[in-house]
Amino acid sequence: MLKYIAKRVALMLVVFLIIISMCFVLIKLLPNKPAEQFGKDKQLIEMRREALGYNKPLLTQYLIFLRRSLAGGDWGISESLYLGQDVWSKFMEKMPATVAVNAYTMLFSVPLGLLLGIYAALRKNHWQDHFISTAVVIFVSVPSYVYAFLVQYILCYRLRLFPFQVQSGTDFFSRQMFISMVPAILSLGFGTVAGLTRYTRAELTEVLTSDYLLLARAKGLTRAQTTVRHALRNAMVPIFPMILGEFVGIMSGSLIIEQIFGIPGVGQLYVASITAATPDYNFFMLLSAFYTLIGLLSGIIVDVSYGFIDPRIRIGSKK
Amino acid sequence: MTDDMKTLSREKFTFATDRDKRHDRPPETPPRGYFADAMYRFTRNKSSVVAAFIILILVLYALFVPLLFENAYTRSLTDTLTLSYAKLPPKARFPLPFLDGCSDKTVNASGYAALRAIAEETGVDPVVKVYTAGRQDASGGKKTVYYDLRVDNYKAMGMMLLTLTPAQYEALQAWQDETGIQAIYPAVKDAKQTDANIWYQADKKGAAKLDKEGNLVAAYKTAAEGDESYHSLRIPADDDPEHPLAYARVTGTSSARSYVVRVSKPAYFRYRYGFEPCFLFGTNDKGQDIFTRLAHGARFSFLLAIGISAINLLIGAVYGAIEGYYGGAVDLAMERVSDVLSGVPFMVVTTLFQLHLASRVGVVPALLFAFVLTGWIGMASTVRMQFYRFKGQEYVLAARTMGAGDSRIMFGHIFPNAIGTIITSCVLSIPGVIFSESSLTYLGIINLESSAMTSVGTMLAGGKAYLSTDPYIIFFPALFIALLEISFNLFGNGLRDAFNPSLRGTEE
Repeated sequence: MLKYIAKRVALMLVVFLIIISMCFVLIKLLPNKPAEQFGKDKQLIEMRREALGYNKPLLTQYLIFLRRSLAGGDWGISESLYLGQDVWSKFMEKMPATVAVNAYTMLFSVPLGLLLGIYAALRKNHWQDHFISTAVVIFVSVPSYVYAFLVQYILCYRLRLFPFQVQSGTDFFSRQMFISMVPAILSLGFGTVAGLTRYTRAELTEVLTSDYLLLARAKGLTRAQTTVRHALRNAMVPIFPMILGEFVGIMSGSLIIEQIFGIPGVGQLYVASITAATPDYNFFMLLSAFYTLIGLLSGIIVDVSYGFIDPRIRIGSKK
Repeated sequence: MTDDMKTLSREKFTFATDRDKRHDRPPETPPRGYFADAMYRFTRNKSSVVAAFIILILVLYALFVPLLFENAYTRSLTDTLTLSYAKLPPKARFPLPFLDGCSDKTVNASGYAALRAIAEETGVDPVVKVYTAGRQDASGGKKTVYYDLRVDNYKAMGMMLLTLTPAQYEALQAWQDETGIQAIYPAVKDAKQTDANIWYQADKKGAAKLDKEGNLVAAYKTAAEGDESYHSLRIPADDDPEHPLAYARVTGTSSARSYVVRVSKPAYFRYRYGFEPCFLFGTNDKGQDIFTRLAHGARFSFLLAIGISAINLLIGAVYGAIEGYYGGAVDLAMERVSDVLSGVPFMVVTTLFQLHLASRVGVVPALLFAFVLTGWIGMASTVRMQFYRFKGQEYVLAARTMGAGDSRIMFGHIFPNAIGTIITSCVLSIPGVIFSESSLTYLGIINLESSAMTSVGTMLAGGKAYLSTDPYIIFFPALFIALLEISFNLFGNGLRDAFNPSLRGTEE
């Protein structure tokens, strides 16, 4: 198992390094707008280019980048968006808002999705199952920003239950703050709940029709006992890694929901750094690395947790 | 036994075997092929058939609306006049609930007076229904009177000030004479008045000064004889020959004169574009017709999605086929390449392509490249799996013993067996592309907005600011994309089940 994990992590690091190197080269080849934003003064531009390190050979720049940014954690200072501020600390400042909204979403959508999925599987081919399955198809398919508009129009504008935008500030556990985050949480949650419901229902119905469950019933266990002790535990094998993967994904958040509800998070930082008239390449570099890492990590965690949760896979890997 | 039976001749007997009911004969019903069977089982799945019909309707909408429903107004792409017709709610040509161009409004006293003034001057009352009149509201210190009304927004457009050349002015006059519709209304005394709707005496804030009976007092300019600064125009309603009303303020130099006129927006629309203003889905904040514009956006989305899945199919099929067929070291090496590519977040790829290529090859090709760069990986892994499944089977071995080459086995024998799965994943990738494209344009990472082109995401982003005041601007694009995503998913799931032969017979 340990060897397997080590192998996967090493492979991931190699992939990460390749992607980051490609991104670095591509970003450095972009027209250097941050140096030109201060006017047409040739000398000034040249000085800025020199200061930003653009005049060194690309390979030297790359080595500096590897040593200073990837290994040292210094991602430079902002060149246009938050002029002069440290990119890394600004990024860390934006992180809590994204994590808070997505963590709240997971907190309510994971139990709800599991419960609905279990209920639908137990009531398979009854009207409850048909109802849930139909709702799931609709909620899985409709893009999250359509819910966001609906939630904003109905709950925020018509019924005036919540404010339109998430409050600024960092007190993520206060009541006021939570209420202002509810529309965003709801919009994000619909899709997650529906996806999890569908997955749980599919896995559980498969387990519920298996022979060993029939045996358990024949031995005299009640339906509740067989479901909880036998069916659910086996059905959780593929479901649990999926939930775990989603938990890692909460850090990357949703660009579009952050934009709609004005959440001062990482996604908004990314969009702002590239849609500005003067793109902020240092933010862009850091966030590209961040999103790549999150994507790769969640993939690994899903695969590794399969091994931990399923003894068959764990034992199989020792051979 | 009777005698008859004893004397039966031998010829009348036949053997009692049921030769006609042999059970190992080929079935008499015509055999059903793979696709016919898939089609049959697809049509049994009601929700997928409904979804297919919805997709058909949406595609027809995207295809034919730009062809059939374009008119002089929607074609006038760079006409700044369209701003005068912005934010008109949906209205159908025949009475329909919700599509009547009306909306509920709460106005204060001067707002109500302005609506009454339009009714009095043009003879068309924009107020459809008065819910409550003169509601007192003392909040905020000052006592204010409010009116809750249902207003026809098409009639409430009122007047605008236009500067016309003499030729345009005369043409408009000629049109008035010909049709009998009054478009030009008399000029008001105060030449500095910017609100063209105020034809009555009012204070600086626009609140009407009423006479003793509570009526509006007209403040029309009359043209004195010999005064060249105003142009007079005789119309039948103008009944005072001594003091003819002035209709246009004359400006400009003597060689290049122009006329500033107050024209009725609906009447001028009819003059300019040849039909009465009426927009089925309403108009957006720039005055563009949402019905035809959404069709343009939909057309773009469909074309992009179909183009991308075709390219991805091509690349993915070849790549996956090579991986799956040869296996071993080839597979390992090629898998690492797709590992690296699939690790790059799509958002980053799009951004990089946009920043690098958009200025060189255009926004749409850059977007296309970004989609293709990572999009084919899913298709390749599907094809690879199918090839692993089929390459060890007997028919492949048989083909090889008969001398078929690698490419013939791959694309002549294995590929047709995997076609069902491939078609399904192709169809299921279309809603994903449309979703990504609309998100990217919504966020402004790619900009597809121009006078001739748009995308659904751009329309959503444009309507976001008017979500609470004019929700219909965002409603129709959002409805379109929601319907599209739901029906494509249902349709794709139906296809997947139909193409899966192991599910045969389970539905009945």
